[in-house]
Amino acid sequence: MSVTIDMERMAPPLEESAAKISVRNFDFYYGDAKVLHGISLEIPDRQVTALIGPSGCGKSTFIRSINRMNDIIPEARATGSIIIDGRDIYGPGTDVVALRRRVGMVFQKSNPFPKSIYDNVAYGLRIGGMRRKRDLDAVVEKSLVRAALWDEVKDRLHASAFALSGGQQQRLCIARALAVDPEIVLMDEPASALDPIATTKIEELIWELKSNYTIVIVTHNMQQAARVSDRTAFFMLGRLVESGDTRNIFMNPQEKMTEDYVTGRFG
Amino acid sequence: MTYAVRRRTISKVAESLCAVAVVLALLPLVLILGYVIAHGLTALNWAFFTQTPKPVGETGGGMANAIVGTLVLIGLAALFAVPVGCICGIHLAEYPTSRFSALVRFAADVLNGVPSIVIGIFAYGIVVLPVKRFSALAGGVALGLLMIPIVVRTTEELLRLVPPGLREGALALGATRTRAVFTVIVPSALPGIMTGVLVATARVAGETAPLLFTSFNNHFWSTSLMQPIASLTVQVFTYAISPYEDWHRQAWAGAFLLVMIILALSIVARLAIRGLERMNRP
Amino acid sequence: MQRHFDRDIEEIKDCLLRMGAMVEDAIMQSIRGLLERDTSLAEEVIANDGRIDQMELEIDRRTLELIAKMQPAAIDLRFVAAIMKITPDLERIADLAQDVCERVIELNREPQIKPMTLIPRLAQEAQAMVRQALDAFVRGDAALARSVIARDDTVDQMTEQSFRELLTYMLEDPRNISRAIRLTFIGKYFERMADGATNICEMVVYLVEGKMIKHAAAPEHE
Repeated sequence: MSVTIDMERMAPPLEESAAKISVRNFDFYYGDAKVLHGISLEIPDRQVTALIGPSGCGKSTFIRSINRMNDIIPEARATGSIIIDGRDIYGPGTDVVALRRRVGMVFQKSNPFPKSIYDNVAYGLRIGGMRRKRDLDAVVEKSLVRAALWDEVKDRLHASAFALSGGQQQRLCIARALAVDPEIVLMDEPASALDPIATTKIEELIWELKSNYTIVIVTHNMQQAARVSDRTAFFMLGRLVESGDTRNIFMNPQEKMTEDYVTGRFG
Repeated sequence: MTYAVRRRTISKVAESLCAVAVVLALLPLVLILGYVIAHGLTALNWAFFTQTPKPVGETGGGMANAIVGTLVLIGLAALFAVPVGCICGIHLAEYPTSRFSALVRFAADVLNGVPSIVIGIFAYGIVVLPVKRFSALAGGVALGLLMIPIVVRTTEELLRLVPPGLREGALALGATRTRAVFTVIVPSALPGIMTGVLVATARVAGETAPLLFTSFNNHFWSTSLMQPIASLTVQVFTYAISPYEDWHRQAWAGAFLLVMIILALSIVARLAIRGLERMNRP
Repeated sequence: MQRHFDRDIEEIKDCLLRMGAMVEDAIMQSIRGLLERDTSLAEEVIANDGRIDQMELEIDRRTLELIAKMQPAAIDLRFVAAIMKITPDLERIADLAQDVCERVIELNREPQIKPMTLIPRLAQEAQAMVRQALDAFVRGDAALARSVIARDDTVDQMTEQSFRELLTYMLEDPRNISRAIRLTFIGKYFERMADGATNICEMVVYLVEGKMIKHAAAPEHE
């Protein structure tokens, strides 16, 4: 399914926006069912943007649209644009494989490959063509350090990834995603399967990572969104109800629906 | 009788019936093993493993060439069936709903049900007749055809069992679909796929009918794949229907050895799975 | 959807209103004690101050518990912030009433300097502001709150005026000085009660509108 970039045919850069990701009037369909309605949102560079909302509100579908992971679903269809660094990723001639190297993803249930810790982190590098052991070693170490996992695994890099605890496995998946040096990291409920201590470690990690990466995180835990994010977008029934500084969303939201949701009166 | 007592009685009766059923089911297996071991173990001697059959009338000799022959044949069969079967299985798992896949699945099921002797005749037709000679290759083809359906179905089932999260993880790192399948999904299903292969091998190791008109038999060592080759199954058959006491004895030994080979294959399969699963256990 | 915390929030509101009622009573009694030169009334106010202090502690305790258990957000968060600022302001107003009464008791030992004109008006104004501040809180009325804040300037002017008048009495006759100074203090106390009412109103605006107008450069008038 990979399409090489044809520079002539690629969508021309659209009007300037300071945002790293600019979503314009984005609709998403599963077959005939419309699941996202006219989403327009600006996601700034090097900040953490949290997507909150009740179950089934479309936030997971939306985040998976940013790296076009929804393409693997047979009846999925999208209209509108998602512009990353000035190029519409739903425009013609987009190389989806290259896109996914720039936009990494961490999933709700950690999914390490049945390989060693080293091979997990090196996977993305190897399929990208990196061969020399010295280079691989360096990047693997850097990624594990960045994911705050290096000290715990440096003596057993060739042990199976499944020997790690749940929280460590998730940090391994983060290291694996960071290894290919993406600019954007998408996280779909990264801590929801973890115990509180592991969750705190992941949250602190996100806080540190944002100085180098643009992070978009889906969470159903509102306090986590409040703790970790700079901006928050509230989704409901496939629509974007309100987005803004996290401070404002949690202290003084503009929309009644947003207020009802963050105060738990929703239901 | 109170309700509680009646419940307990019914339970006891049911348990006893189950125990009886288990015994009845295991009995033939125990008897067969017992028979084979009893008759076969005594017939085993060093000559059996090192010598080829002696001409009619002479006592002694062994089945050395038949043992090697069986191993060669199942080796050839695996060489033929594993790549074809695995690729087939991968395609079925990747495109589960296409019409073509439905066709392939149906074909594999049908092939599975074809009597082994018919497969043998088919192999005779395409490999033996054109060159007008029996060969190990023909035997390998016949056994391979028998193995294919098992490998295909097992591969497909096991690939389906791989959690979809692994595929997503690979795709999200910028792997193309093919790469994701061959570098992540297939490796993670490998223990199971290997089981399938070993099970299929164990099955064909004991086949006789298809070998009768493909690899035929050979009293001597085979020197090329285009020559007939001896095999334990055919040799046991030949000796068993003969009138010679000595040959009967050797047939028992051969039968015993066959059973042991299949047992060994099963054990190897289990050990391999356990080793690989240690890498895989989530 | 009703949440069980809503009941806790209502109870905290009730506590605050009961405390407010006690504070309003204290102010009223202190004014009467001043005007009627009634020492026993003044002593009663001083004695009751302890109960008001206890109410502050009770409200603090309940509010902290709510924060710990509920992790309030948006309007609930602003409610908690408002309560935690309004309660000590109310308690200080009560203390000021107590201070007024202490001066009244001292004044009553000597004859009056003059019939009081300004100070009672000042006192009534302060009392009204406190009552309206509490009303604004109950009703969530930001407009009312803003109007109370606007009245603070008037109170400041009246205090200044009263001080000037008392100054002349001090300059006239040195024997007036101690009584005049005590009266000046009383005026100051009422002025600070008005300031407290203003603070309460600023928090009401924050609660209702989410806007913080404390220490704003230009005063907000509706």
